[in-house]
Amino acid sequence: MEELSALMQGFAVVLTPMNIGLMMVGIILGVIIGVLPGLGGANGVAILLPLTFTMSPTSAIVMLSCIYWGALFGGAITSVLFNIPGEPWSVATTFDGYPMAQQGRAGQALTAAFTSSFVGAFVAVVMITFLAPLVAKFALKFGAPEYFSVYLLTFCSFVGMGKGSPFKILAAMALGFALAAVGMDTVTGQLRLTFGQHELMRGFDFLIAVIGLFGIGEILLSMEEGLSFSGKSARINPKVVWETWKELPKYWVTSLRSSLVGIWMGITPGGATPASFMSYGLAKKMSRNGAKFGTGEIEGVIAPETAAHAAGTSALLPMLALGIPGSPTAAVLLGGLLIWGLQPGPLLFVEQKDFVWGLIASMYLGNLAGLIVVLTTVPLFASILRIPFSIIAPVIIVICAIGAYTVHSAMLDIWFMLGFGVIGYVFKKLNYPLAPMVLALVLGDKAEDSFRQAMLVSQGDLGIMWANPLVGSITTLALVMLLWPLISKLIAKIRTPKADELAAQRPID
Amino acid sequence: MSAEHDSPQSEGSPPVAKNHTVDAVVAVVMFILGAVVAFESRRLGAGWTTDGPGAGYFPFYIGMIICISALGIFYQAVFGKSRDGDTFVDREQLGRVLQVLLPAAVYVLAVVFVGLYVASAVYIALFMVILGKYSPIKSVLVGVLVNAVFFLMFEVWFKVPLFKGSLDPLRFLGY
Repeated sequence: MEELSALMQGFAVVLTPMNIGLMMVGIILGVIIGVLPGLGGANGVAILLPLTFTMSPTSAIVMLSCIYWGALFGGAITSVLFNIPGEPWSVATTFDGYPMAQQGRAGQALTAAFTSSFVGAFVAVVMITFLAPLVAKFALKFGAPEYFSVYLLTFCSFVGMGKGSPFKILAAMALGFALAAVGMDTVTGQLRLTFGQHELMRGFDFLIAVIGLFGIGEILLSMEEGLSFSGKSARINPKVVWETWKELPKYWVTSLRSSLVGIWMGITPGGATPASFMSYGLAKKMSRNGAKFGTGEIEGVIAPETAAHAAGTSALLPMLALGIPGSPTAAVLLGGLLIWGLQPGPLLFVEQKDFVWGLIASMYLGNLAGLIVVLTTVPLFASILRIPFSIIAPVIIVICAIGAYTVHSAMLDIWFMLGFGVIGYVFKKLNYPLAPMVLALVLGDKAEDSFRQAMLVSQGDLGIMWANPLVGSITTLALVMLLWPLISKLIAKIRTPKADELAAQRPID
Repeated sequence: MSAEHDSPQSEGSPPVAKNHTVDAVVAVVMFILGAVVAFESRRLGAGWTTDGPGAGYFPFYIGMIICISALGIFYQAVFGKSRDGDTFVDREQLGRVLQVLLPAAVYVLAVVFVGLYVASAVYIALFMVILGKYSPIKSVLVGVLVNAVFFLMFEVWFKVPLFKGSLDPLRFLGY
């Protein structure tokens, strides 16, 4: 029960009037980001990150994690009311959420979506509370080869779990690593891949990449469609909320199953989207009303939302305990920690107890505050989406430019952001995944360091990756993941696989 | 290249490029990029130096992975059975995208000289007038108002100075 007392201390750290104020500001900013086209969790947090540079790390992370919650909740609003998934993992929410809105049950759908997001995230935070310290304690014994094997597993799972051409996943990832290598080599101090350009010495910051790839890229994509929103209006009154809440406990099995699916998938990278689809598929198969899924079944909203948020939250576990983020947004939060001089990883739990438990406490509080804020203010946020695109688009481009500039106060970064925007647009259209590229850009230097250290220890012998059972099994698992596209093809040859009916709708993220 | 795979949005507007064509072009660019990375890494020392792996040790393999996957993508795009013959972009769509992209580039150029606030206000106002067909008064109002909010938020509340440009037209405000 050591965790519980530590958590209580965390609450004490977080619960100052200042922090509660920041929490509310964070949630509202987050929902706005989640609702606006082109701004999502990852680039939204990246843009707002500089606002927190002058705060204390604890206040900053309270605000950032609340922005994150807000963005997650905001994604549900657009899915249900406008049939536009704000994030890849809210695609499954549109299947039943939008039909419900069309039938005039938008309030019910939104209440169900918000409440299940809350439940999913809550279960995942409880899991983090008890599991993260254990994982961190375990990871304290890790050496360079163990770390590299975990990095390897992280990246190989993108290939194994991802959708689309494995070559494209590999290419996007390697491109991220190559961009990460630009600039000063951390070990020898040599300049790499700068080709004599002094501005490139700093290298490419992943925050710029995130803002460009997701923000500008998304605006270009939406512009191409010649946007005209046709949204349903929503009115949530306490009666609808109460009625829906009375109905929700009936589906506790679905909620529990979806939470577990989400947690399990969330710890592996890029897990939120597959988790939401898997959970939707399972609910459809196991529910008595399975045949009616897709026509506005409340269970079809509960299942993907719970799983997506459980997964999104669980992605913070490897970030905190190992320093390896499981999603682009977790990566941005990790970038924030680095900027405040905190080194995420197992030592964080030993050296920065106040901070870690403050963060975990703020996850509980932010989640609860988020639920209250969104339930009371949905109509306000939905009206943001009714602002014409020709006003929203330039404002978002301006916000992205400001965000890109403030990271390093460098003008060149705005140009890079524009370049990344074009790359994001082309990659999105050609089904290249963006998440592995961003994670590779974030983790590039660290993965390289641990690889070089491991090679130094073994004097260049790759056998060190199998030197003990722990590192050996992680490495082997990673290789299985890497070769999974081939293995699954072989299995499919031996026995015909059952068709995955939702495969076509699942986006590549 | 058969036309029967055309996506439904492209009625009337002639396609500029097909997905597999762009795929192949991107693969070629990737391959060149990978080769550049690999060669540069070899120059830096991709082998074993006296004190361990050289600076190019890791990027060299990254370059190789880019090259290999680019070859794979190229093969799938050109010879693959399930190659994607959908329209990548048609003329109308390309026009709309460039309508946003080119002014954005001009905007960034303007930022260099007049700073973020002034350039942003002008950009938002012009975007609204030209693409959104709003009245100039309304557009200018929105542009100025949005940037006033940003100014308060960044310079005053959060104390994060933004780029004022080499001409610094907002000098009189004292920030």
